[in-house]
Formats: sequence, C-alpha cells, structure tokens
Amino acid sequence: MMRKILYALALASIPFATLAADAVAQTEIQATNWHAIIMFCIFVTMTMGITYWAASRTKSTADFYTAGGGITGFQNGLAIAGDYMSAATLLGLTAMVYTQGYDGYIYMLAFFAGWPIILFLMAERLRNLGKFTFSDITAYRLDQGKVRTMAAISSLTVVCFYLIAQMVGAGQLIKLLFGLEYNVAIFAVGILMMVYVTFGGMVATTWVQIIKACMLLAGGTLVMVLAFSQFGFSYQNLLEKATAVHKLGPKLMYPGSLLADPVTAISLGLGLMFGTAGLPHILMRFFTVTDAKEARKSVLYASGFVAYFFNVIFIMGLCGILIVGQNPDFFEAGKVGGKLIGGGNMVAMHLAKAVGGNMLLGFLAAVAFATILAVVSGLALAGASAISHDLYARVIKKGTASEAAEIRVSKIATICLGFVAIILGILFEKQNIAFMVGLAFGVAAAANFPVLILSMYWKGLTTRGALFGGYGGLVSAVVFVVLSKSVWVDVLGNKAALFPYTQPALFAMPIAFLLAYVFSKTDSSVRAGKEIEAFEDQYVRAQTGYGASGAASH
Amino acid sequence: MSSAMYERMRANPKFRELVARRGRFAWTLAAIVLVMFYGFVLTVAFNPTSLGQPVSEGSMLTVGVAVELFMFIFFWVLTAVYVKRANGEFDALTQEIVKEAWKDNK
Repeated sequence: MMRKILYALALASIPFATLAADAVAQTEIQATNWHAIIMFCIFVTMTMGITYWAASRTKSTADFYTAGGGITGFQNGLAIAGDYMSAATLLGLTAMVYTQGYDGYIYMLAFFAGWPIILFLMAERLRNLGKFTFSDITAYRLDQGKVRTMAAISSLTVVCFYLIAQMVGAGQLIKLLFGLEYNVAIFAVGILMMVYVTFGGMVATTWVQIIKACMLLAGGTLVMVLAFSQFGFSYQNLLEKATAVHKLGPKLMYPGSLLADPVTAISLGLGLMFGTAGLPHILMRFFTVTDAKEARKSVLYASGFVAYFFNVIFIMGLCGILIVGQNPDFFEAGKVGGKLIGGGNMVAMHLAKAVGGNMLLGFLAAVAFATILAVVSGLALAGASAISHDLYARVIKKGTASEAAEIRVSKIATICLGFVAIILGILFEKQNIAFMVGLAFGVAAAANFPVLILSMYWKGLTTRGALFGGYGGLVSAVVFVVLSKSVWVDVLGNKAALFPYTQPALFAMPIAFLLAYVFSKTDSSVRAGKEIEAFEDQYVRAQTGYGASGAASH
Repeated sequence: MSSAMYERMRANPKFRELVARRGRFAWTLAAIVLVMFYGFVLTVAFNPTSLGQPVSEGSMLTVGVAVELFMFIFFWVLTAVYVKRANGEFDALTQEIVKEAWKDNK
C-alpha cells in the first residue's frame, strides 16, 4: 500500500511543480524559472526513488530513528554537513560578506568552532550512551518520566523555532527563485518532507541530506571558481578592487557594526558554539553510526566540509561585491547601490547567474530548495522522535509500547509536525523572523546543552537538578529573547527593549548550570543517592562503549 | 550481569589509564580551541582595529582574515589528530579492557 502511494507520488511530483508554476502569475514573484524547476524535479525524483527503496528497509524503530545504526562515518559526515548548512548559510552568509565584509567571516568561524569541541568532549559519549534521542543520555540514570518530558519539551521548542525560520525562508526563497506562490511553496516543502520522513525514516532523510550536501558543495565550488577566475584567483587583486568600490571602503575588512559591543560578541560566540552542541537534529545524527569510532570520523568529515564551504562562501561574497554589486542588471530600476532585485539575500543567486548564466542559476536555486527540504526533514524527524520515543513510548507507555505502535506514533507525529510547520509558515509570512534561528540556538545552548553535558560529566547531577537546570535554561532563554530588541521592539512594537542584548546565551547558560548545580547539591533524597551511585556504571559504558546499542545488520 | 562487567572493567588499572590519558588529551585539545576562539572573540570585542591591519606593507591580506583562516585549518587538523589517536591507540586499549573483563567472567 505504502509503496504504491510512494510510487504514485514519485510520478506525480514532476507535473506537480510545473502545474503549480502555471497557476501563479502575480507581481513581485519572479518569472518562472524552468532550469531551476527541471533540476529540482530531478532531485525530487531521485530522492523519491531513494525513499521508495528506504521504505522497504524501514521496519524496526531502530531503522526509523537511526537507519539501523549502519551509516558509515563518511556518509554521516556528509549528512551532518547537509543538516547543518541550511539555506541561511548559503544565502545569508554570502549576503553578510557582501554587505558587511569581514563580519560575515567572523560569524562563520563561530558556526564552525563548536565542531572540534563536540568531537573532543561529546561525540563518543553520545554514541556510547544514546540510542535514538539525546534524552536517552540525560535520562540514563535519572527519572525517565520527568527528565524525558523536560528534554522533549525543549527539543520540540528548538525544532519549532527552527522550523518556522526554515519554512518562512523557504516560502520567500521559492517565490523568488522558482516563481511559485508563497503558500504553494510552503505546501510543497511540508508535503515532500512528510513523504520522506514517514515512508523512509532516517534512511531516506540521511540520503536526502547526503545528496543535498554534495550538490551544495559542488554548486558552491563551481560558482566560486568561475567568479574568482575573473580576478585571476588573486586575493590581492580581488580585495584591491572590492575595497575600492564598497561603501565601507578599507573598513570592509575590519570587524564592524554587527559585533560592536563586547557582550553581544561573546554571547553570540557562546550561543553558536554550544547551541550547535544542543541541536536535537544534529545530536540525533550521532546515533546513526555503528560505533564511537565512526562517530568520531563523522565529525572529522563534517567539520572538514563545513570549514571548506565557509571559505568558499567568503570568496563568493567578496566576488559578489564586484560582479553583482557593480552590475545594474541586478538592481531594481537598474540603479547600482539601490535595492537588489529579490532582496539582500539574493547575492549568491545573482552571482551564479552572472558567472554561469541561467543554467547555473537554476542549479543553485534547486540546491537551495533541496537544502531547505533536507534541513526540514531532519528537524521533523528529531521532533517526531521526541514525541514518539520519549513522550509516547517512555513517558506515557513506560516502555511497554510495541515497536509497531511506536513507529505508527512517530509517523503520525511527523504528519502533525508537517502541518504545524505549514500553518506556522503561513502565519509568520509577514513577520520579521530574523530572531528565530538565534532563538533556536539560544534555547539549544541554554536548555539542552547544560543538562546533557552535566549528565555525561558530573556524577552529582540528580533528577531535581536536571529539571531545574533544563526548565530554567529554557524559560530564561525564551524570556531574554522576548524582552530583547528583536521581539519586544521589532515584533511587539514597544518603544525600548527591556533586555539590552539580542543574544541570550551569555546569561541563560550560567542560569541553567547554576540551577542544575544548586538543586542537585541540595537534593538529599534516597533516589538522588541512587542516581549518583548509578553514575559509575554509566561512566564505564561512556568510556568503553560496552553495552552500547549496536548496529542492526541489514 | 553487565553491572558485574562494569565493576571488573573499573577495577582494571588499564581502565584508569585509558580515562586519564584520553581525558588529558581531549581536554588539552579542547582548551586550545576554546582559548584561541574566545581570545579571538575578545579581540573582536575590545581591539577590533588590530584585526584590520595588513599582514605586511601593501598586502590586502589583513591580520583578521589570516588568523581566521589559520584557525579554520588548525582546528580541523586538531580534529584529525584526535580521531587518529582515539581510533587507534585508545580504541585498542578499550578493546583490551573489555576482553579482559570477559575473560574474568569465565
């Protein structure tokens, strides 16, 4: 039955996009981009084929959540890179280099620097202790019901904020790139995501991410090489010309306005670094590999790809200053220095068109769409597993749920999350959502990371401490963001922000750690004593991997 | 049963050696990354102009870009160094510990 539906969907996906494109003929949206639509359809057909294949291999809960734990380090490294580098990375960071110069490069380093830390302090312990979700680790020796509920709530919070950011971004982007209407684009993303995840589970999601990562790396590299060749591959030459025309002039390569005050700079650094280490869809990827050895290799490959791609983007942004920024064709009304056609985020796309024509533009547009799909699928799977594995199987059914029932719940949860994503995407269309990704990272850094790292490293953590730390971090991160300029002033329309900084991590993280510490230390219950005792066995397993859930053989 | 296995592994002096050696190595590397990264962030915050200086007279390459490029490469090399040692030396030691605990089991 499922296979039939899938087969039908795979066939239907080709005319779907084209029909939808025909139905749209409004102002603002760009002319229908046939190159992009054809290339995107090739991507969808390919990934649907993989989903069809994956559906036959997705039988147990382990298959569904973690692809049976049989992904290799190299595959997982590509998938992590695919999961981590969202459309915001490609478009937003290129645009940031284009307008702010060096500031964009600083952001990239902050996005990257979390990876070595994840490897040195977390990767092998995650693999050795976890099974399907990171709550498996925090709840390992603590109260299953309460701790898993807490972890599931903060996971879902992160997933929802991140989903809103991705969906709204997707709608706007697809409207521009493909000439599709906003709502059509939102439905397309939501429905494709539901198909990948419900039928193919982690196997399909992983392959969507791998294919997308390869497309992104290849497309980005090609644009960079073509653009950079116009300057004879000379950084000196490129920069001399760029600083001569950019409105920042020689200040282009100075740290600028974005990180003007020290508190923001440090808070941002903390949030990006430790937020990465608390994102549920990234943490989940560590359970898909065979053992700790492969988990380490995943980080090696992933961080290599991420570091490489950030440097490609840096060069792309700098080339854009000259190739896009000096060409009247890319500005509204042909006025150089005015508003870019399609908005500031379109620099990478215009650059692709300038150096490679419509073909390359189409390819990069398809890559951007694929990127959104891959990230959204990873998020949906992480959210669904928090609902089905943590809340349903462990909290409500207390471990007595059958595998079939658990998978059914996770599929229902995926479909619900898909509709939630579509509805939120439509509701937030006109909203300023710039703070959403920051909020997701802030909550991940303040609610997920502290409890997770303490549960792995600190013997003294008790259920009471974990609950206060987790909820405290969640509430304070959300409250700080709501009271900051980006929500209190920009969204709610108040005059002045009650909290002077836009980045919550520097304040919310210490609150979480402090609460976890104080409420664990003062917990003198009998259960707390047992939990502390249980750390010894957990510690040996974390170090040696003995007893870790193994890979299923296919 | 597995609790007894864990007990035996913990009692093995090799386990303490593994934990001490790997812990020292991982924390040293983490400290290098954290110090360099937050040192850089503090420079951005408190002395931004120093990062905009050219590395040499007439060069368009600024100190900030050079330092960051170095960190991208250096941090990745550190991950490679860690993976090599952990997947070789430390994993071999781990396997010995598990094997010896099994042997005692019989």
